[in-house]
Amino acid sequence: MIRDHKLWLILAVLASAHLIVLWAHFFAPYDFASQERAIPFAPPSRLHFVDPEGHFHMRPFVYLWEPRPGTETLGAYVEDHSQAFPLRFFVRGARYKIAGIFDSSWHLFGVEEPARIYLAGSDDYGRDQFSRLLYGGQISLFSGLMAAGVSLALGLVLGALAGFYGGLVDDVVMRCAELFLALPWLYLLFAVRAFLPLHIPPTQAFLMLVLVIGMVGWARPARLIRGVLLSAKERNYVLAARGFGASDFYLLRRHVLPEAYGLLLTQAALLAPQYILAEVTLSFLGLGVGEPVPSWGNMLASLQKYYVLTSYWWMFVPGLALVSVFLLYYQLCKVLQEQVKLVRF
Amino acid sequence: MLSFLFVALAPGDYFEEMRLNPQISQATVAAMRSKYGLDQPLPKRYFRWMQSVLRGELGFSFSYDTPVRPLLVARAKNTLLLTATAALLSWLVAIPLGVWSSSRKAKWLDRVLTLGTTTLLAIPDLMLALVLLLIALRTGWFPTGGLHDIRFSRLNAWGKVEDTVAHIFLPVMCLVLGSLPILFRHIRSALVEVLDSPFIRSARGHGIPEGRVLFLYALPAAANPLISLFGFSVGTLLSASLLVEVLMSWPGIGPLLVEAILARDIYLVIGAVMFSTLFLVGGNLLADLLLYLADPRIRME
Repeated sequence: MIRDHKLWLILAVLASAHLIVLWAHFFAPYDFASQERAIPFAPPSRLHFVDPEGHFHMRPFVYLWEPRPGTETLGAYVEDHSQAFPLRFFVRGARYKIAGIFDSSWHLFGVEEPARIYLAGSDDYGRDQFSRLLYGGQISLFSGLMAAGVSLALGLVLGALAGFYGGLVDDVVMRCAELFLALPWLYLLFAVRAFLPLHIPPTQAFLMLVLVIGMVGWARPARLIRGVLLSAKERNYVLAARGFGASDFYLLRRHVLPEAYGLLLTQAALLAPQYILAEVTLSFLGLGVGEPVPSWGNMLASLQKYYVLTSYWWMFVPGLALVSVFLLYYQLCKVLQEQVKLVRF
Repeated sequence: MLSFLFVALAPGDYFEEMRLNPQISQATVAAMRSKYGLDQPLPKRYFRWMQSVLRGELGFSFSYDTPVRPLLVARAKNTLLLTATAALLSWLVAIPLGVWSSSRKAKWLDRVLTLGTTTLLAIPDLMLALVLLLIALRTGWFPTGGLHDIRFSRLNAWGKVEDTVAHIFLPVMCLVLGSLPILFRHIRSALVEVLDSPFIRSARGHGIPEGRVLFLYALPAAANPLISLFGFSVGTLLSASLLVEVLMSWPGIGPLLVEAILARDIYLVIGAVMFSTLFLVGGNLLADLLLYLADPRIRME
């Protein structure tokens, strides 16, 4: 058992980020596709505690955004102080389904119509960036995690075959791995993507991303696992067990593979952020999940227009989320590397 | 060296597999298909493509209506210019920083540099490029796209150099910042290891100046793993430049590749990936040559 508060802290933060994103229906005030065409690029709503008369309110409230009179520019708004809309918790809003079965319409927070609460501003269709960030996290965070799973599973099977059996299998698998490592990996990813259809429904696009990213990156973990197994299978207790007539499968499961568990964990922490970035890059360039379904990549894509880039800072929010997730994963990786040296699994 | 031969041979096999994918011909219209020979059976098409590769044309681009090679060569030059400059610059910055940091191990300078690079490591190239673009647009210090100014052909020789430098600055900056943390960390750890060894202590004991010890004694001893790292970093740099080129509209292979994927221009995609592999092999070859020059032990063999 690992006794390291830092490790558990990082894991807890990461896990809660994933859970919040998973329950985006509840935590997000709006549906990811709900539009408010009248106010594109609305800045983040300001939460007020003090009204124009100077009275203090315990419950924060927001005002309506109104286009600034006399201006034609997008995103020039003033607050309409005539009516306040208090922030409410556990409100009924857009309907959604829990696990595809239970109907619900509870949301963690919201304000009454016609006001809208934009914690992170709105995009060019007036869609809530915060809600889209949460829904987009479902795609970005989980595609990274699942693709890392695919890579590790492939790497484990092929690496174990190559390392444990050696000979011809080893040669074939390792030549293939070298082939995959020889190409610059983003180019390889793009090349594989090029041979799949361009416009596909979101669910399929998600699965495709997971599989493509995961399968392109199998070579490195496979090589590392092979290396560990090569030394592990020569240990005396393995030889002894073999002498007593243990089967290959038993040896692998019981004596050899446990040596690779630490490596698997650190590799997972290393690959997941890389793959999140791969998904973001693909979606950013329009090769991943398509609109209106959000991913952090296609949310950032609007920054390719220079006027968006220079005028609306809140469009950077998915990028900030990305950087913080990366920092967490790197810390996790660092702590794991230190721990794995100390602890035998 | 064997592995290099293998890598050089690899693309052929790899693309053979790719070409067997039935998706290739779906997007093109029937008439166009027959014009480009896409309605013919796979082995025949593959044969035609191989012929064209052997002629040095690398197939035919549907959207540009020319052979692939001239298209790619023009773009590849720009990519080469960008990545080579970035590689050179990042090593020029990373080596002194790494040496400096390792010689003051665990002092505040070392801590600041390590912390800075760790933070930089967590910022993906995508965000780096966007932020740099934002700064350039807000301040107007640097042009934000393309390779040359419109007036380029009318400039004199010095003006041309100046213009190119101004245009290349932003993408190079982005690539350098992106690759710096990894280089810095490796250089630092390699040097820290060497600085602990007895021959450095004896050199210091003889009263040889610290700068001489660091750069003439320690750095060559730590060079071996770093040169291998150079070969390795070419691949990362190429992947990063793919994205940076698209974002900063640098007319390299990257934008062409993305365009080709979106247009389903299959031979162009294959050609672009081939070129990138060529660069990578070139980089690794260069690393091997450097290793040969730097390490007398390898020269002996």
